[in-house]
Amino acid sequence: MRHLKAVNKKAHRIDALVAASREDVVALQGGPPPKPKMHVPMGCTFIFTPGWEVDSGGGSAGLCQPVERDIYDCYVDCYWPAQVPDHLNNTKDWTAKCASATKDWRNLDLIFP
Amino acid sequence: MTAAEPRTYRLGEFHSFHAAGRQFLYLVPSGGIFELDEPATAVIDRLGQDEILEEELEADLIARGFPGPEAREAIEDLRECRALTSSGALREYPPHPPDHFPLQTLVLNLTNQCNLSCQYCYEYGEDRVATPEGKPKFMDFETAKASVDFLLEQSTGRNRVHITFFGGETLMNFPLLKRVVAYATEAAAARGCSIDFSLTTNATLLTPAIIEFLSQNRIGVTVSMDGPKEVQDKLRVFSNGRGSYDLVAPKVRALIENHRTRPIAARVTLTSGITNVVTIFRHLKDDLGFHEVGFAPVTTSPDRLYAINDRGMDDVLGQFEVLADEYLEFALRGEMHGFSNVSDTLAELHQGVSKSHPCGAGLGLVGIGPSGDIAPCHRFVDSDRHAIGHVNSGINREKQADFLRRGDIASKYDCHTCWARPLCAGGCHHEAFVRYGDTGHPNLHYCDWIRAWTDKCLRIYGAIAAQKPEFLNYFSERNTE
Repeated sequence: MRHLKAVNKKAHRIDALVAASREDVVALQGGPPPKPKMHVPMGCTFIFTPGWEVDSGGGSAGLCQPVERDIYDCYVDCYWPAQVPDHLNNTKDWTAKCASATKDWRNLDLIFP
Repeated sequence: MTAAEPRTYRLGEFHSFHAAGRQFLYLVPSGGIFELDEPATAVIDRLGQDEILEEELEADLIARGFPGPEAREAIEDLRECRALTSSGALREYPPHPPDHFPLQTLVLNLTNQCNLSCQYCYEYGEDRVATPEGKPKFMDFETAKASVDFLLEQSTGRNRVHITFFGGETLMNFPLLKRVVAYATEAAAARGCSIDFSLTTNATLLTPAIIEFLSQNRIGVTVSMDGPKEVQDKLRVFSNGRGSYDLVAPKVRALIENHRTRPIAARVTLTSGITNVVTIFRHLKDDLGFHEVGFAPVTTSPDRLYAINDRGMDDVLGQFEVLADEYLEFALRGEMHGFSNVSDTLAELHQGVSKSHPCGAGLGLVGIGPSGDIAPCHRFVDSDRHAIGHVNSGINREKQADFLRRGDIASKYDCHTCWARPLCAGGCHHEAFVRYGDTGHPNLHYCDWIRAWTDKCLRIYGAIAAQKPEFLNYFSERNTE
Protein backbone atom coordinates (compact mmCIF):
# COMPACT_ATOMS: atom_id res chain seq x y z
CA MET A 1 0.00 0.00 0.00
CA ARG A 2 1.49 3.31 -1.06
CA HIS A 3 -0.62 5.62 1.04
CA LEU A 4 -0.56 3.74 4.33
CA LYS A 5 2.69 2.87 6.03
CA ALA A 6 2.50 -0.13 8.33
CA VAL A 7 3.90 0.76 11.74
CA ASN A 8 3.33 -2.09 14.18
CA LYS A 9 3.60 -5.84 13.65
CA LYS A 10 -0.12 -6.36 13.08
CA ALA A 11 -0.11 -3.62 10.45
CA HIS A 12 2.73 -5.40 8.62
CA ARG A 13 0.66 -8.56 8.58
CA ILE A 14 -2.34 -6.67 7.17
CA ASP A 15 -0.06 -5.08 4.59
CA ALA A 16 1.25 -8.48 3.50
CA LEU A 17 -2.29 -9.82 3.27
CA VAL A 18 -3.40 -6.91 1.09
CA ALA A 19 -0.31 -7.26 -1.12
CA ALA A 20 -0.98 -10.96 -1.58
CA SER A 21 -4.63 -10.39 -2.42
CA ARG A 22 -3.67 -7.87 -5.07
CA GLU A 23 -1.28 -10.19 -6.86
CA ASP A 24 -3.82 -12.60 -8.21
CA VAL A 25 -7.12 -14.17 -7.41
CA VAL A 26 -6.25 -16.86 -4.92
CA ALA A 27 -8.40 -18.93 -2.66
CA LEU A 28 -9.77 -16.67 0.03
CA GLN A 29 -8.75 -19.17 2.67
CA GLY A 30 -5.08 -18.91 1.90
CA GLY A 31 -3.04 -16.17 3.57
CA PRO A 32 0.35 -15.08 2.35
CA PRO A 33 2.31 -17.00 1.33
CA PRO A 34 -0.44 -19.31 0.12
CA LYS A 35 0.04 -22.67 1.75
CA PRO A 36 -2.02 -25.76 1.13
CA LYS A 37 -4.62 -26.10 3.85
CA MET A 38 -7.12 -28.72 4.77
CA HIS A 39 -10.44 -28.08 3.13
CA VAL A 40 -12.98 -27.43 5.85
CA PRO A 41 -16.36 -26.61 4.38
CA MET A 42 -18.02 -24.36 6.94
CA GLY A 43 -21.07 -23.44 4.95
CA CYS A 44 -22.46 -26.77 3.82
CA THR A 45 -26.00 -27.52 4.71
CA PHE A 46 -25.86 -30.85 6.39
CA ILE A 47 -26.47 -28.78 9.49
CA PHE A 48 -28.79 -25.81 9.74
CA THR A 49 -27.13 -22.69 8.46
CA PRO A 50 -28.70 -19.38 7.62
CA GLY A 51 -26.70 -19.00 4.45
CA TRP A 52 -23.30 -18.97 2.95
CA GLU A 53 -22.73 -15.27 2.80
CA VAL A 54 -20.77 -15.38 6.03
CA ASP A 55 -18.90 -18.09 7.81
CA SER A 56 -19.40 -19.14 11.41
CA GLY A 57 -17.06 -16.37 12.56
CA GLY A 58 -19.11 -13.67 10.84
CA GLY A 59 -16.54 -13.04 8.09
CA SER A 60 -16.05 -14.24 4.55
CA ALA A 61 -12.56 -15.69 4.92
CA GLY A 62 -13.67 -19.18 5.93
CA LEU A 63 -16.15 -19.88 3.18
CA CYS A 64 -15.90 -23.08 1.19
CA GLN A 65 -13.09 -22.30 -1.21
CA PRO A 66 -13.34 -19.64 -3.94
CA VAL A 67 -16.76 -18.10 -4.24
CA GLU A 68 -16.81 -18.99 -7.92
CA ARG A 69 -16.73 -22.62 -6.96
CA ASP A 70 -19.55 -22.17 -4.51
CA ILE A 71 -21.78 -20.68 -7.12
CA TYR A 72 -20.93 -23.47 -9.49
CA ASP A 73 -21.78 -26.12 -6.95
CA CYS A 74 -25.00 -24.40 -6.09
CA TYR A 75 -25.92 -24.17 -9.73
CA VAL A 76 -25.24 -27.80 -10.40
CA ASP A 77 -26.57 -29.68 -7.47
CA CYS A 78 -27.57 -27.58 -4.53
CA TYR A 79 -30.41 -25.40 -3.40
CA TRP A 80 -29.71 -21.69 -3.65
CA PRO A 81 -32.71 -20.17 -5.27
CA ALA A 82 -31.87 -16.49 -5.51
CA GLN A 83 -28.28 -15.68 -6.14
CA VAL A 84 -27.12 -18.23 -8.72
CA PRO A 85 -27.94 -18.61 -12.38
CA ASP A 86 -30.98 -20.74 -12.89
CA HIS A 87 -30.12 -23.84 -14.86
CA LEU A 88 -33.66 -25.01 -15.51
CA ASN A 89 -35.09 -22.15 -17.49
CA ASN A 90 -32.91 -19.17 -18.26
CA THR A 91 -29.24 -20.06 -18.28
CA LYS A 92 -29.06 -23.71 -19.18
CA ASP A 93 -25.62 -23.32 -20.74
CA TRP A 94 -23.92 -21.31 -18.06
CA THR A 95 -21.42 -24.05 -17.28
CA ALA A 96 -20.99 -25.28 -20.82
CA LYS A 97 -17.41 -24.01 -21.04
CA CYS A 98 -16.54 -25.10 -17.54
CA ALA A 99 -15.80 -28.78 -17.48
CA SER A 100 -13.77 -28.61 -14.29
CA ALA A 101 -14.59 -25.80 -11.92
CA THR A 102 -11.18 -25.69 -10.32
CA LYS A 103 -9.50 -25.18 -13.71
CA ASP A 104 -12.10 -23.49 -15.84
CA TRP A 105 -13.90 -21.21 -13.43
CA ARG A 106 -12.72 -18.20 -15.37
CA ASN A 107 -15.09 -19.25 -18.15
CA LEU A 108 -18.12 -18.83 -15.90
CA ASP A 109 -19.45 -15.60 -17.30
CA LEU A 110 -21.52 -12.86 -15.78
CA ILE A 111 -25.21 -13.07 -16.44
CA PHE A 112 -27.50 -10.11 -16.83
CA PRO A 113 -31.23 -10.77 -16.59
CA MET B 1 -26.45 -10.92 -11.62
CA THR B 2 -27.75 -7.37 -11.86
CA ALA B 3 -25.69 -4.25 -12.50
CA ALA B 4 -23.81 -3.29 -9.35
CA GLU B 5 -25.33 -0.70 -7.03
CA PRO B 6 -23.29 2.49 -6.94
CA ARG B 7 -20.72 2.04 -4.20
CA THR B 8 -20.81 4.30 -1.16
CA TYR B 9 -18.12 4.75 1.49
CA ARG B 10 -18.13 5.59 5.13
CA LEU B 11 -15.50 5.42 7.81
CA GLY B 12 -14.65 2.04 9.30
CA GLU B 13 -13.78 1.54 12.95
CA PHE B 14 -10.54 3.14 14.08
CA HIS B 15 -9.04 5.69 16.43
CA SER B 16 -7.04 8.40 14.70
CA PHE B 17 -4.20 10.19 16.43
CA HIS B 18 -1.32 12.55 15.72
CA ALA B 19 2.25 12.13 16.81
CA ALA B 20 5.44 13.89 15.73
CA GLY B 21 3.41 15.91 13.22
CA ARG B 22 2.14 12.78 11.48
CA GLN B 23 -1.29 11.24 11.14
CA PHE B 24 -1.87 7.67 12.33
CA LEU B 25 -4.78 5.25 12.52
CA TYR B 26 -5.25 2.59 15.16
CA LEU B 27 -7.53 0.09 13.44
CA VAL B 28 -10.29 -1.65 15.36
CA PRO B 29 -10.64 -4.54 15.89
CA SER B 30 -7.45 -5.66 14.13
CA GLY B 31 -5.10 -3.56 16.27
CA GLY B 32 -3.03 -2.52 13.23
CA ILE B 33 -1.32 0.88 13.38
CA PHE B 34 -0.74 2.73 10.10
CA GLU B 35 0.73 6.09 9.22
CA LEU B 36 -1.24 7.98 6.56
CA ASP B 37 0.11 10.16 3.78
CA GLU B 38 -1.59 13.33 2.57
CA PRO B 39 -4.15 11.85 0.15
CA ALA B 40 -5.19 9.17 2.65
CA THR B 41 -5.57 11.79 5.38
CA ALA B 42 -7.70 13.86 2.99
CA VAL B 43 -10.00 10.86 2.42
CA ILE B 44 -10.52 10.40 6.15
CA ASP B 45 -11.10 14.14 6.68
CA ARG B 46 -13.59 14.32 3.84
CA LEU B 47 -15.65 11.36 5.00
CA GLY B 48 -16.18 12.47 8.58
CA GLN B 49 -19.56 11.16 9.67
CA ASP B 50 -20.93 11.10 6.10
CA GLU B 51 -21.67 8.29 3.75
CA ILE B 52 -20.48 9.34 0.31
CA LEU B 53 -20.74 7.92 -3.20
CA GLU B 54 -17.45 6.67 -4.56
CA GLU B 55 -17.52 9.06 -7.53
CA GLU B 56 -18.30 12.00 -5.32
CA LEU B 57 -15.46 11.16 -2.93
CA GLU B 58 -13.03 10.88 -5.84
CA ALA B 59 -14.26 14.14 -7.35
CA ASP B 60 -13.81 15.92 -4.01
CA LEU B 61 -10.24 14.71 -3.71
CA ILE B 62 -9.47 15.74 -7.27
CA ALA B 63 -10.93 19.15 -6.50
CA ARG B 64 -8.52 19.37 -3.55
CA GLY B 65 -5.65 18.97 -5.99
CA PHE B 66 -4.89 15.25 -5.83
CA PRO B 67 -4.49 13.50 -9.21
CA GLY B 68 -7.32 11.02 -9.98
CA PRO B 69 -5.26 7.80 -9.85
CA GLU B 70 -3.68 8.95 -6.57
CA ALA B 71 -7.10 9.56 -5.04
CA ARG B 72 -8.46 6.21 -6.18
CA GLU B 73 -5.41 4.40 -4.87
CA ALA B 74 -5.65 6.07 -1.46
CA ILE B 75 -9.33 5.11 -1.20
CA GLU B 76 -8.50 1.56 -2.20
CA ASP B 77 -5.68 1.28 0.36
CA LEU B 78 -7.94 2.52 3.14
CA ARG B 79 -10.73 0.20 2.04
CA GLU B 80 -8.49 -2.85 1.97
CA CYS B 81 -7.25 -2.34 5.50
CA ARG B 82 -10.86 -1.61 6.50
CA ALA B 83 -10.37 1.97 7.58
CA LEU B 84 -13.18 2.61 5.08
CA THR B 85 -16.13 0.43 4.60
CA SER B 86 -18.22 0.20 1.51
CA SER B 87 -21.12 -1.93 2.62
CA GLY B 88 -23.11 -2.87 5.70
CA ALA B 89 -19.99 -4.26 7.26
CA LEU B 90 -20.22 -7.07 9.75
CA ARG B 91 -18.85 -6.56 13.20
CA GLU B 92 -15.89 -8.82 13.78
CA TYR B 93 -14.69 -10.34 17.00
CA PRO B 94 -11.46 -12.06 17.76
CA PRO B 95 -11.98 -15.80 17.31
CA HIS B 96 -12.68 -17.79 20.44
CA PRO B 97 -9.61 -19.48 21.82
CA PRO B 98 -9.46 -23.24 21.22
CA ASP B 99 -11.12 -25.48 23.81
CA HIS B 100 -7.89 -26.84 25.19
CA PHE B 101 -5.60 -23.88 25.43
CA PRO B 102 -2.18 -25.02 26.64
CA LEU B 103 -1.07 -23.62 29.98
CA GLN B 104 1.90 -21.33 30.11
CA THR B 105 1.91 -19.77 33.54
CA LEU B 106 1.11 -21.12 36.97
CA VAL B 107 0.65 -18.81 39.92
CA LEU B 108 1.35 -20.82 43.06
CA ASN B 109 -0.04 -19.36 46.26
CA LEU B 110 2.47 -20.92 48.62
CA THR B 111 0.48 -19.64 51.58
CA ASN B 112 -2.57 -17.52 52.21
CA GLN B 113 -1.00 -16.15 55.39
CA CYS B 114 0.57 -12.71 55.55
CA ASN B 115 2.58 -10.81 58.12
CA LEU B 116 1.14 -7.48 57.00
CA SER B 117 -2.44 -6.27 57.32
CA CYS B 118 -2.80 -3.91 54.40
CA GLN B 119 -6.28 -2.51 54.69
CA TYR B 120 -7.08 -2.75 50.99
CA CYS B 121 -5.92 -6.36 50.55
CA TYR B 122 -8.18 -8.22 48.14
CA GLU B 123 -7.43 -11.48 49.92
CA TYR B 124 -8.30 -10.35 53.44
CA GLY B 125 -9.96 -6.93 53.03
CA GLU B 126 -13.63 -6.06 52.95
CA ASP B 127 -14.07 -7.09 49.33
CA ARG B 128 -12.45 -10.50 49.61
CA VAL B 129 -13.71 -13.35 47.45
CA ALA B 130 -11.63 -16.02 49.22
CA THR B 131 -13.28 -18.57 51.49
CA PRO B 132 -10.21 -20.07 53.19
CA GLU B 133 -12.09 -21.56 56.18
CA GLY B 134 -11.10 -25.14 56.82
CA LYS B 135 -8.44 -25.20 54.08
CA PRO B 136 -4.68 -25.52 54.57
CA LYS B 137 -2.90 -22.25 55.28
CA PHE B 138 0.40 -23.38 53.81
CA MET B 139 0.89 -25.42 50.66
CA ASP B 140 2.69 -28.72 51.21
CA PHE B 141 5.31 -30.20 48.90
CA GLU B 142 2.99 -32.90 47.55
CA THR B 143 0.49 -30.30 46.33
CA ALA B 144 3.25 -28.13 44.90
CA LYS B 145 4.75 -31.12 43.11
CA ALA B 146 1.35 -32.10 41.69
CA SER B 147 0.92 -28.49 40.53
CA VAL B 148 4.25 -28.50 38.70
CA ASP B 149 3.40 -31.82 37.03
CA PHE B 150 0.00 -30.42 36.12
CA LEU B 151 1.61 -27.38 34.48
CA LEU B 152 4.04 -29.50 32.48
CA GLU B 153 1.32 -31.91 31.36
CA GLN B 154 -1.06 -29.15 30.39
CA SER B 155 1.44 -27.06 28.45
CA THR B 156 1.68 -29.31 25.41
CA GLY B 157 3.37 -27.60 22.51
CA ARG B 158 5.02 -24.86 24.53
CA ASN B 159 8.75 -24.92 24.97
CA ARG B 160 8.79 -22.36 27.76
CA VAL B 161 6.66 -22.22 30.87
CA HIS B 162 6.59 -19.96 33.86
CA ILE B 163 5.84 -20.24 37.58
CA THR B 164 5.03 -17.22 39.72
CA PHE B 165 5.18 -17.64 43.49
CA PHE B 166 2.53 -15.71 45.30
CA GLY B 167 0.77 -15.40 48.63
CA GLY B 168 -0.26 -14.31 51.22
CA GLU B 169 3.30 -13.34 51.82
CA THR B 170 5.24 -15.66 49.56
CA LEU B 171 8.39 -15.71 51.67
CA MET B 172 6.50 -17.06 54.69
CA ASN B 173 6.82 -20.38 52.87
CA PHE B 174 10.34 -19.93 51.49
CA PRO B 175 11.44 -23.52 52.28
CA LEU B 176 8.75 -24.78 49.90
CA LEU B 177 9.74 -22.23 47.26
CA LYS B 178 13.30 -23.62 47.27
CA ARG B 179 12.09 -27.18 46.87
CA VAL B 180 9.69 -26.26 44.07
CA VAL B 181 12.43 -24.43 42.14
CA ALA B 182 14.67 -27.50 42.36
CA TYR B 183 11.93 -29.96 41.46
CA ALA B 184 10.42 -27.89 38.63
CA THR B 185 13.80 -27.15 37.05
CA GLU B 186 14.57 -30.85 36.92
CA ALA B 187 11.09 -31.91 35.76
CA ALA B 188 11.04 -29.28 33.01
CA ALA B 189 14.51 -30.25 31.82
CA ALA B 190 13.39 -33.89 31.62
CA ARG B 191 10.68 -32.78 29.23
CA GLY B 192 13.03 -30.61 27.18
CA CYS B 193 11.13 -27.53 28.24
CA SER B 194 12.59 -24.36 29.73
CA ILE B 195 11.08 -22.86 32.86
CA ASP B 196 11.51 -19.58 34.65
CA PHE B 197 10.33 -18.26 37.97
CA SER B 198 9.21 -15.04 39.55
CA LEU B 199 7.76 -14.02 42.86
CA THR B 200 5.80 -11.22 44.42
CA THR B 201 6.66 -10.23 47.97
CA ASN B 202 6.20 -7.42 50.45
CA ALA B 203 9.98 -7.59 51.09
CA THR B 204 9.64 -7.71 54.88
CA LEU B 205 11.18 -11.18 55.17
CA LEU B 206 14.08 -10.82 52.72
CA THR B 207 17.46 -11.94 54.07
CA PRO B 208 20.89 -11.98 52.40
CA ALA B 209 20.60 -15.76 51.95
CA ILE B 210 17.19 -15.48 50.28
CA ILE B 211 18.42 -12.70 48.01
CA GLU B 212 21.40 -14.83 47.00
CA PHE B 213 19.13 -17.76 46.21
CA LEU B 214 16.80 -15.57 44.12
CA SER B 215 19.72 -14.11 42.20
CA GLN B 216 21.41 -17.45 41.58
CA ASN B 217 18.21 -18.98 40.26
CA ARG B 218 17.31 -15.95 38.12
CA ILE B 219 14.01 -15.53 39.93
CA GLY B 220 12.27 -12.30 38.94
CA VAL B 221 11.11 -10.26 41.91
CA THR B 222 8.21 -7.83 42.16
CA VAL B 223 7.93 -5.96 45.43
CA SER B 224 4.51 -4.73 46.48
CA MET B 225 5.29 -1.29 47.82
CA ASP B 226 3.37 1.94 47.79
CA GLY B 227 6.01 4.65 47.97
CA PRO B 228 7.91 6.83 50.44
CA LYS B 229 7.43 6.38 54.19
CA GLU B 230 4.36 8.55 54.66
CA VAL B 231 2.60 6.75 51.79
CA GLN B 232 3.75 3.20 52.54
CA ASP B 233 2.90 3.49 56.23
CA LYS B 234 -0.62 4.68 55.60
CA LEU B 235 -2.08 1.32 54.54
CA ARG B 236 0.79 -1.18 54.31
CA VAL B 237 0.90 -1.88 58.04
CA PHE B 238 1.47 -4.74 60.47
CA SER B 239 -1.50 -6.04 62.42
CA ASN B 240 -0.64 -3.69 65.30
CA GLY B 241 -0.91 -0.72 62.92
CA ARG B 242 2.84 -0.07 62.70
CA GLY B 243 4.01 0.97 59.24
CA SER B 244 6.32 -1.29 57.25
CA TYR B 245 8.52 1.27 55.48
CA ASP B 246 11.45 1.27 57.91
CA LEU B 247 11.73 -2.49 57.69
CA VAL B 248 11.19 -2.74 53.95
CA ALA B 249 13.39 0.07 52.59
CA PRO B 250 16.83 -1.31 53.63
CA LYS B 251 15.84 -4.81 52.47
CA VAL B 252 14.79 -3.46 49.09
CA ARG B 253 18.12 -1.66 48.73
CA ALA B 254 19.95 -4.87 49.56
CA LEU B 255 17.81 -6.79 47.09
CA ILE B 256 18.48 -4.38 44.24
CA GLU B 257 22.17 -4.26 45.02
CA ASN B 258 22.70 -8.01 45.23
CA HIS B 259 20.12 -9.51 42.86
CA ARG B 260 21.74 -8.80 39.52
CA THR B 261 20.27 -11.41 37.22
CA ARG B 262 16.80 -9.97 36.63
CA PRO B 263 15.30 -6.46 36.76
CA ILE B 264 13.56 -5.74 40.06
CA ALA B 265 10.10 -4.19 39.87
CA ALA B 266 7.88 -2.33 42.29
CA ARG B 267 4.12 -2.66 42.11
CA VAL B 268 2.22 0.24 43.64
CA THR B 269 -1.42 0.18 44.71
CA LEU B 270 -3.00 3.61 44.44
CA THR B 271 -5.71 4.49 46.94
CA SER B 272 -7.79 7.50 47.89
CA GLY B 273 -5.61 10.53 48.57
CA ILE B 274 -2.49 8.74 47.34
CA THR B 275 -2.44 9.89 43.79
CA ASN B 276 0.90 11.73 43.73
CA VAL B 277 2.22 9.23 41.23
CA VAL B 278 5.23 11.30 40.16
CA THR B 279 6.55 11.64 43.72
CA ILE B 280 6.08 7.94 44.37
CA PHE B 281 7.80 7.04 41.11
CA ARG B 282 10.78 9.29 41.88
CA HIS B 283 11.22 7.73 45.30
CA LEU B 284 10.99 4.14 44.14
CA LYS B 285 13.02 4.61 40.96
CA ASP B 286 15.61 7.20 41.95
CA ASP B 287 15.96 6.83 45.73
CA LEU B 288 15.49 3.08 46.18
CA GLY B 289 16.71 2.09 42.70
CA PHE B 290 13.92 -0.15 41.31
CA HIS B 291 14.39 -0.86 37.61
CA GLU B 292 10.67 -0.79 36.85
CA VAL B 293 7.72 0.74 38.68
CA GLY B 294 4.10 -0.06 37.84
CA PHE B 295 0.92 1.40 39.28
CA ALA B 296 -2.62 0.13 39.63
CA PRO B 297 -5.61 1.67 41.35
CA VAL B 298 -6.90 -0.44 44.24
CA THR B 299 -9.61 -2.97 43.37
CA THR B 300 -12.55 -2.21 45.59
CA SER B 301 -16.21 -1.47 45.75
CA PRO B 302 -16.75 2.25 45.19
CA ASP B 303 -17.91 3.04 48.74
CA ARG B 304 -14.77 2.01 50.63
CA LEU B 305 -12.83 4.78 52.34
CA TYR B 306 -9.69 4.00 50.34
CA ALA B 307 -11.48 3.86 46.95
CA ILE B 308 -10.34 6.50 44.49
CA ASN B 309 -13.17 8.67 43.17
CA ASP B 310 -13.43 10.02 39.62
CA ARG B 311 -11.57 13.17 40.48
CA GLY B 312 -8.77 11.17 42.03
CA MET B 313 -8.57 9.07 38.87
CA ASP B 314 -8.29 12.26 36.80
CA ASP B 315 -5.34 13.29 38.98
CA VAL B 316 -3.78 9.88 38.43
CA LEU B 317 -4.21 10.24 34.68
CA GLY B 318 -2.60 13.69 34.72
CA GLN B 319 0.40 12.31 36.61
CA PHE B 320 0.62 9.23 34.41
CA GLU B 321 0.81 11.59 31.44
CA VAL B 322 3.69 13.52 33.00
CA LEU B 323 5.62 10.27 33.43
CA ALA B 324 4.62 9.10 29.95
CA ASP B 325 6.10 12.28 28.43
CA GLU B 326 9.26 11.61 30.39
CA TYR B 327 9.23 8.04 29.10
CA LEU B 328 9.16 9.39 25.54
CA GLU B 329 12.14 11.65 26.19
CA PHE B 330 14.07 8.66 27.53
CA ALA B 331 13.02 6.47 24.61
CA LEU B 332 14.14 9.05 22.04
CA ARG B 333 17.57 8.94 23.67
CA GLY B 334 17.42 5.13 23.51
CA GLU B 335 17.13 4.76 27.30
CA MET B 336 14.68 2.77 29.41
CA HIS B 337 12.64 4.96 31.71
CA GLY B 338 11.14 2.34 34.01
CA PHE B 339 7.46 3.35 34.07
CA SER B 340 5.96 -0.12 33.49
CA ASN B 341 2.47 1.09 32.68
CA VAL B 342 3.83 2.63 29.46
CA SER B 343 6.14 -0.29 28.57
CA ASP B 344 3.35 -2.81 29.05
CA THR B 345 0.93 -0.90 26.85
CA LEU B 346 3.55 -0.20 24.17
CA ALA B 347 4.42 -3.90 24.06
CA GLU B 348 0.80 -4.77 23.31
CA LEU B 349 0.40 -1.95 20.80
CA HIS B 350 3.56 -3.05 19.03
CA GLN B 351 2.25 -6.59 18.60
CA GLY B 352 -1.16 -5.24 17.63
CA VAL B 353 -3.02 -7.54 19.99
CA SER B 354 -6.75 -7.97 19.55
CA LYS B 355 -7.97 -9.74 22.65
CA SER B 356 -10.91 -12.05 23.04
CA HIS B 357 -10.33 -11.90 26.81
CA PRO B 358 -8.79 -9.18 28.97
CA CYS B 359 -5.98 -11.44 30.22
CA GLY B 360 -4.79 -15.02 30.26
CA ALA B 361 -6.76 -15.98 33.39
CA GLY B 362 -8.35 -19.40 32.93
CA LEU B 363 -6.63 -19.75 29.55
CA GLY B 364 -2.83 -19.85 29.57
CA LEU B 365 -2.67 -18.93 33.25
CA VAL B 366 -4.23 -20.40 36.36
CA GLY B 367 -3.73 -19.82 40.08
CA ILE B 368 -3.37 -22.67 42.57
CA GLY B 369 -4.13 -22.27 46.25
CA PRO B 370 -2.51 -24.03 49.23
CA SER B 371 -5.25 -26.69 49.09
CA GLY B 372 -4.55 -27.51 45.44
CA ASP B 373 -7.74 -25.84 44.20
CA ILE B 374 -7.34 -24.32 40.76
CA ALA B 375 -8.63 -20.77 40.27
CA PRO B 376 -8.73 -18.69 37.07
CA CYS B 377 -5.94 -16.53 38.54
CA HIS B 378 -4.25 -15.71 41.86
CA ARG B 379 -6.95 -13.20 42.73
CA PHE B 380 -9.61 -15.92 42.85
CA VAL B 381 -7.53 -18.44 44.76
CA ASP B 382 -9.26 -20.07 47.75
CA SER B 383 -12.69 -18.95 46.57
CA ASP B 384 -15.12 -21.88 46.40
CA ARG B 385 -17.36 -19.96 44.07
CA HIS B 386 -14.62 -19.41 41.50
CA ALA B 387 -12.68 -22.66 41.71
CA ILE B 388 -12.36 -24.34 38.31
CA GLY B 389 -10.78 -27.60 39.41
CA HIS B 390 -8.15 -29.24 41.57
CA VAL B 391 -4.58 -30.27 40.75
CA ASN B 392 -5.40 -33.91 41.41
CA SER B 393 -8.48 -34.03 39.18
CA GLY B 394 -7.51 -31.37 36.65
CA ILE B 395 -9.56 -28.50 35.28
CA ASN B 396 -13.32 -28.84 35.28
CA ARG B 397 -13.90 -27.95 31.64
CA GLU B 398 -17.50 -26.88 32.17
CA LYS B 399 -16.62 -24.40 34.89
CA GLN B 400 -13.69 -23.13 32.87
CA ALA B 401 -15.89 -22.70 29.78
CA ASP B 402 -18.46 -20.81 31.81
CA PHE B 403 -15.80 -18.44 33.15
CA LEU B 404 -14.37 -17.88 29.68
CA ARG B 405 -17.76 -17.42 28.04
CA ARG B 406 -18.61 -14.64 30.50
CA GLY B 407 -15.29 -12.92 29.98
CA ASP B 408 -15.36 -13.07 26.19
CA ILE B 409 -15.46 -9.67 24.49
CA ALA B 410 -18.21 -11.00 22.19
CA SER B 411 -20.57 -11.17 25.16
CA LYS B 412 -19.71 -7.71 26.53
CA TYR B 413 -22.13 -5.60 24.53
CA ASP B 414 -21.12 -2.35 26.18
CA CYS B 415 -17.65 -2.79 24.71
CA HIS B 416 -18.78 -3.30 21.14
CA THR B 417 -18.67 0.36 20.17
CA CYS B 418 -15.43 1.15 22.00
CA TRP B 419 -12.23 1.64 20.02
CA ALA B 420 -10.06 0.57 22.94
CA ARG B 421 -11.52 -2.95 23.08
CA PRO B 422 -8.65 -4.74 21.25
CA LEU B 423 -6.45 -3.94 24.26
CA CYS B 424 -8.88 -3.68 27.17
CA ALA B 425 -11.48 -6.36 26.34
CA GLY B 426 -13.58 -5.17 29.26
CA GLY B 427 -10.90 -5.19 31.95
CA CYS B 428 -9.99 -7.37 34.93
CA HIS B 429 -12.36 -10.29 35.71
CA HIS B 430 -11.71 -9.89 39.44
CA GLU B 431 -12.33 -6.16 39.45
CA ALA B 432 -15.58 -6.80 37.56
CA PHE B 433 -16.66 -9.32 40.17
CA VAL B 434 -15.89 -6.99 43.07
CA ARG B 435 -17.69 -4.08 41.42
CA TYR B 436 -20.59 -5.76 39.68
CA GLY B 437 -20.83 -9.27 41.09
CA ASP B 438 -20.09 -10.85 37.71
CA THR B 439 -16.65 -11.69 36.32
CA GLY B 440 -17.97 -11.06 32.81
CA HIS B 441 -19.29 -7.56 33.44
CA PRO B 442 -17.38 -4.85 31.56
CA ASN B 443 -15.58 -2.51 33.98
CA LEU B 444 -17.62 0.50 32.97
CA HIS B 445 -16.31 2.68 35.81
CA TYR B 446 -12.98 3.26 34.08
CA CYS B 447 -13.83 3.33 30.35
CA ASP B 448 -13.02 7.02 29.82
CA TRP B 449 -9.84 6.56 31.76
CA ILE B 450 -8.73 3.58 29.68
CA ARG B 451 -9.47 5.38 26.42
CA ALA B 452 -7.57 8.49 27.53
CA TRP B 453 -4.59 6.39 28.64
CA THR B 454 -4.61 4.24 25.49
CA ASP B 455 -4.71 7.40 23.38
CA LYS B 456 -1.71 8.77 25.29
CA CYS B 457 0.23 5.54 24.78
CA LEU B 458 -0.67 5.50 21.07
CA ARG B 459 0.76 8.99 20.69
CA ILE B 460 3.92 7.93 22.51
CA TYR B 461 4.11 4.85 20.26
CA GLY B 462 3.62 6.97 17.12
CA ALA B 463 6.29 9.43 18.19
CA ILE B 464 8.79 6.64 18.88
CA ALA B 465 7.92 4.92 15.57
CA ALA B 466 8.52 8.19 13.72
CA GLN B 467 11.65 9.35 15.50
CA LYS B 468 13.41 6.35 17.03
CA PRO B 469 11.97 3.21 15.42
CA GLU B 470 14.88 1.01 16.56
CA PHE B 471 13.71 1.49 20.17
CA LEU B 472 10.66 -0.63 19.32
CA ASN B 473 12.88 -3.67 18.74
CA TYR B 474 12.92 -4.01 22.50
CA PHE B 475 9.21 -4.86 22.27
CA SER B 476 9.65 -7.23 19.33
CA GLU B 477 11.68 -9.52 21.49
CA ARG B 478 9.55 -9.09 24.55
CA ASN B 479 7.14 -11.90 25.23
CA THR B 480 3.64 -10.49 25.65
CA GLU B 481 1.72 -13.73 25.95
